[in-house]
Parts: sequence; structure tokens; C-alpha cells
Amino acid sequence: MRKDAGRDSTTAERLAALDLPTGGFTAPARAAALARFREMGLPGRRDEYWRFTDPAPLNATSAPEAALFTGLVEPQLFGERDRIVLTFVDGEFDPAQSSPNVAAEGLEISRLAEADRVDLHWAQGLYGVLEAAGQRPVPRPFAALNTAAASDGVLIRATGKVDRPVHLIYVHADTQSDAILHHCVRVEAGAELTVLETGPAAARFSKVMEVDVADGGRFHHIRAQGRDHSRRAITHIFARLGAEALFKSFTLTANGVLTRNEAVITLAGDGAVAHVAGAALGDGATGAFHHDDTVFVTHEAEGCESRQVFKKVLRNGAVGVFQGKILVRQGAQKTDGYQISQSLLLDEDSQFLAKPELEIYADDVKCSHGSTTGAIDETALFYLRSRGVPREEAQSLLVLSFLADAIAEIEDEGLQAEIVGRLENWLARRRKG
Amino acid sequence: MLEIKNLHVKLEEEDKPILKGLDLKVGSGEVHAIMGPNGSGKSTLSYVLSGRDGYEVTDGAASLDGESLLEMEPEERAAAGLFLAFQYPVEIPGVGNMTFLRTALNAQRKARGETELSAGDFLKLVREKAKALKIDAEMLKRPVNVGFSGGEKKRNEILQMAMLEPRMCILDETDSGLDVDAMKLVADGVNALRSKDRSFLVITHYQRLLDHIVPDVVHIMAEGRIVKTGGPDLALEVEQNGYADILAGAN
Ligand SMILES: Nc1ncnc2c1ncn2[C@@H]1O[C@H](COP(=O)(O)OP(=O)(O)O)[C@@H](O)[C@H]1O
Ligand SMILES: [Mg+2]
Repeated sequence: MRKDAGRDSTTAERLAALDLPTGGFTAPARAAALARFREMGLPGRRDEYWRFTDPAPLNATSAPEAALFTGLVEPQLFGERDRIVLTFVDGEFDPAQSSPNVAAEGLEISRLAEADRVDLHWAQGLYGVLEAAGQRPVPRPFAALNTAAASDGVLIRATGKVDRPVHLIYVHADTQSDAILHHCVRVEAGAELTVLETGPAAARFSKVMEVDVADGGRFHHIRAQGRDHSRRAITHIFARLGAEALFKSFTLTANGVLTRNEAVITLAGDGAVAHVAGAALGDGATGAFHHDDTVFVTHEAEGCESRQVFKKVLRNGAVGVFQGKILVRQGAQKTDGYQISQSLLLDEDSQFLAKPELEIYADDVKCSHGSTTGAIDETALFYLRSRGVPREEAQSLLVLSFLADAIAEIEDEGLQAEIVGRLENWLARRRKG
Repeated sequence: MLEIKNLHVKLEEEDKPILKGLDLKVGSGEVHAIMGPNGSGKSTLSYVLSGRDGYEVTDGAASLDGESLLEMEPEERAAAGLFLAFQYPVEIPGVGNMTFLRTALNAQRKARGETELSAGDFLKLVREKAKALKIDAEMLKRPVNVGFSGGEKKRNEILQMAMLEPRMCILDETDSGLDVDAMKLVADGVNALRSKDRSFLVITHYQRLLDHIVPDVVHIMAEGRIVKTGGPDLALEVEQNGYADILAGAN
């Protein structure tokens, strides 16, 4: 990013408005992140990486007000399963709404805010480390700011096959909350862990999750970003995969005036597999909707597989953005890279902006990418209607059909069914108007 | 049951008349066959009756049990008892065949003011009907028509028909692309549904399907009209002499 005086002053103002934590094991990492952030400065509309998404609400010194979404009472997503719950209300940990006992076989959990009380040398090697590495070649100032300013977060270490998922619930209760959370996840060699995330979190939410999957480790991530219409979110996942490691992340987004989800994934060990997928549904009629998936996958080792599957359903002026890159470094032979981004526009007011990129420095690779924008298939719609399914319901089925490839990236069938259930409800509510 | 009077249809987008004064009356419990050369308007007739967009009725009428069809939405026509087995069944990735069937069945029941079928009752019913058509559990779970062979797609159409229990069934070239065994299965499926309250309009290009589904009446269609009507023998005549003679005789 170019230096300029305007950028410097907004950056300084943004920092001045924050209460930066000091001390503790994260202190050096936070100091380094702060320096990085100052150097980069806040992004502007003229930055290539922010061409499709206006960062102004994220740059603002305080969170733009966001009304609470109270219109709907639904059972907690994933609420029926045996899991470890950690609840944050507007970014503050709430023990009353969290599992009293977070101990499980092969699992260690601590809160970032309390981490200095326990020995967490593994977290020292992770906090801010993957974020810092992910700043090249494209700067991600909000991630650096997050590392410097995060008030809390969860440090999760899996040393074995953990059979209960860890569920992070983000409650939004204050219309002006500005939450900054930073999580670190370490999946040790051969271990397996599932992390679930649900909820809108805050009026404005910044979240970084650094995920380090050691050789042969398996990490599953399923997230639903909450239905608040006026919430804003900037999230980053930084992942590093060892040999034969597996990383699978799926995100469902319905509503939200602004969402930018960045995923920065590095396949560092031979034979690693990373899948990242998203299904986003936006209806501009119930508040503006702008949803941005920005993904950067780097193949550094041999014989790795990466898949990006992003689908967006847009109507009434909703905007979808996809910026996705596959970078294959020299020597990363036998790379199998795949990327697809698709939008289903339910009217002519909505738009999808996509920038798919491949950059390849190895010669023996298989990489493909595609991006499409389309409308409801009229032939399929007629087929369904001819069987007695009313138009609106038939359209919903076709929306689910469109999203199916992204949802199929969720490995666990039960979790998949719950996500589909949520989608069905969302669509049914839209039908009722 | 089904009554079509002087039906004129053109494409919505261009002034190309396709149906040019078609008359047809199918009584309750009857099986009628429509045969005719490619391009004579058979599929168009089936689409117009079931309410597909893109066509404009410029004259005439069509009714089911005295109720005019042409103003109804496709789903209303289905709920009223009309069913079209498509010449080219549509693939719908990501929507399970079962989900599709249950959604359709319950939507129709709801439209008719009947109670929706419970998951258990539905499952029992669909398994029983599928078995008769040699459709296995795996095929029921797969997305609608995705990766189905030609024969599987056609059997799936008949399964939908068996589940939805329409009173007026239109079969558009259900025999095309089927080998003899598959055709036999489909025909048995159709014959099992024959009853005094249910009528069929079987559109076919070839006579062979009519060996298995024996019609009461055979119509020959050409250039958007019924040009000749007769008994099952008429189909044999087509088989032996082709359409040319019949069409020449009709004009
Ligand atoms: N949607 C359409 N667009 C253009 N031409 C059409 C369309 N539907 C039908 N036609 C034309 O109308 C005529 C009748 O077609 P169709 O009903 O498919 O005949 P059949 O089923 O008897 O073979 C053909 O000339 C065909 O090309
Ligand atoms: Mg045809």
C-alpha cells in the first residue's frame, strides 16, 4: 500500500480509539503486529485488494450502530449435540453460557485473556505468527490490527482425536459493540478436531483464527455467521498444513450489511489437503447485503490438493464478491488446485464481482478455476412446478440445489443436515415476505 | 376428462404458429395415443396443457373436468390432477429424489386441502411404488435424475406419476431411448395405474409402445392438428406404411 498522509491520520485515529492490551506472553507478538499495522495503514477504496469492498465502516474509529436481530427465535444451531461451548457476548467471555467443564480427552483449552496463568509455549509459537506470514504478498491490515488489539480469544490444542466439537457462540447484545477476538488452534500430529462457530458476535466484529495442523492432523471448521442484518464483520483464517494434514472449512452467511471473510491457507507439507467453502445468501430488501470472500491458497509442497467452492445467492441489490487465488510455488509438483465461484442472481439488481487468479511456478500441476453468474433455471423451475410445487417453493429448492456443492464440503452428515435445515428456514421466511 | 377445442398456439417470442386448431376429447378411464412426425407439435401440446412459459394461446380452449386449464399456474394444474411425464426429464443436482417427491406430494395435498403425509407414511408408500418399478433405495436417495440412465429417468417419471396419482396423465415419448426390458417396465407401471377414473394421453413416435400400453383411441397429428383418428389398428398402419400415406389420405 502506498503511504499517504490521509491514510496515516485515519490509522492513528483508529489506534487511538482502541484499548490495546499489554503484558503477557503475547506482548512481543502484539508489539510486532502493531508495528506492521502502522506500516501498512488502513486500507482504502483505491487499494487493489479493496476494489470491490468499501472498508470505511471497518476503518471507522467506532463501530457503526447495528440493531439487534430479535425477530426470530430459533433453537441454537448445533445445540442438540454433545459439544464444548464457549460463549462470547459482544466479544466478552460469558462463563454462565459456557460449558463448566472444558476438559476432554486429547483437548486443552484456555482463554487468551487468562493464558498467562498456564504454560502455553505452543501458543507462543502461533499467536500472530501465521498472521504475520500471511501478510505477504498481500497486506491484511485488519488482521495485524486484530493481533495487536484482540481483547480475548480461545487457545485450543488437540493432542488426540477429539470427539466433541468445540463450539464458539458469538452473541450480539449491544447495538454499538466493537468486538475483537483472536483464536489459536493447534492440531498436533495425527490429532483431529472440529470447531463450530455461530452467531453475529457484535455490531462490528473482527476475528482472526490461526490454525496450525501438524502432520497427519485433521481440522474441521463449520461456521454460521448469524442473521443480524446490520452487523459488520471482518474475519481471517490463517492456516498452515503439515504433511498429509487435512483442513476443511465451511461458512454459511445469511444476511449482514458487510462481511469480509479472508482465508489464507498454506499447504506446507507434502500430501496436505485444504478445502474451503462458503454459501452466502443475501437479500437487499431487508437491509443492504455485501459479502466478500477473499481466499489465498499457497501450495509449497508436493502432491497437495486444494479446493475452493464459493456460492452466493443474491437478490434485491445484494452484492457478492469473490477474490480467490491459487499460488503454486516452485517445486510444488503434482499440485491439484481447484477453485469455483458462482452466483445465482434472483433479479437484475444484484451483482457478483469475481476475481479468480492462478499463479503457477511449477510445471507438473493440475489447476483449474471458474466463475459463473446465472439466474434460476427456468426449465428446472417448470419441472418442479409441473409436479405441484408452488413457484416460490420450487425456487427455494433450486437455491438449495445451487448451494449443494458448497454444503457437500461439510464432511459430517449430521452437521450438513443442520446447515441445510437453517437454509430451508431462511428461504421459507423469505417466501412469507 | 380432458377437452381441447380449436387450440391455436404460437411461440411467445416469434409469430410462429405451432398448434393450428387442435381438437381432442379424452373421456374418463380412456387411453388415447397421439402419433405424428417429429415437429408436428406433440411436445408443444403437452407443454401448453401443463402451463410452460414461452407459448401463447391465440385461440381455443382446454379444460380438465370442465375447468379451464389455460389460466391456471402449472402447480394448480398439477393439483387439479394433470401430470406430464417429460420427454426429457430435468436433472436437479443437490435435491434428493425423495425430498423432491415428498415436497411435490405434500404441496399437492396442501393445495387440495388434504393433510400432509407423515415422513413414515411417505417412506412406506414410496418404497412400495419404487419396488414395482425396480427403482432401488440408492436411486431414491440420489439427486433428481442426476447420473440416471435414460431408462432410469423414464422410470423415475412413472414413479412420480404413481406417487402423485394424477387423473389425467400425459406421457411425452416415454418410450424414447428405452430398450425392450425398460419399456416393458414402464408400460407395466402405466398399466398398473389404469383405472376408470384415470385417463392417459400417450404421445409416441413409434408404434411399439402401444403393443404394451394398448390404447382405446389413436390420433395422428400433423402440422399442429389432429388429422386422423381411429382405433389401435391405426397405429399398426403407421408402423407398416409410415406417415406419408396417412397424411396424404387425410388431406
Ligand atoms: N421453444 C421453442 N422455440 C422454437 N421453436 C419451437 C419451440 N417449441 C417448439 N418449437 C417448434 O415447434 C414445432 C413443434 O415442436 P414440438 O412440439 O417439439 O414437436 P414434436 O414434439 O411433435 O416433435 C417444431 O417446428 C419446433 O421446432
Ligand atoms: Mg416431442
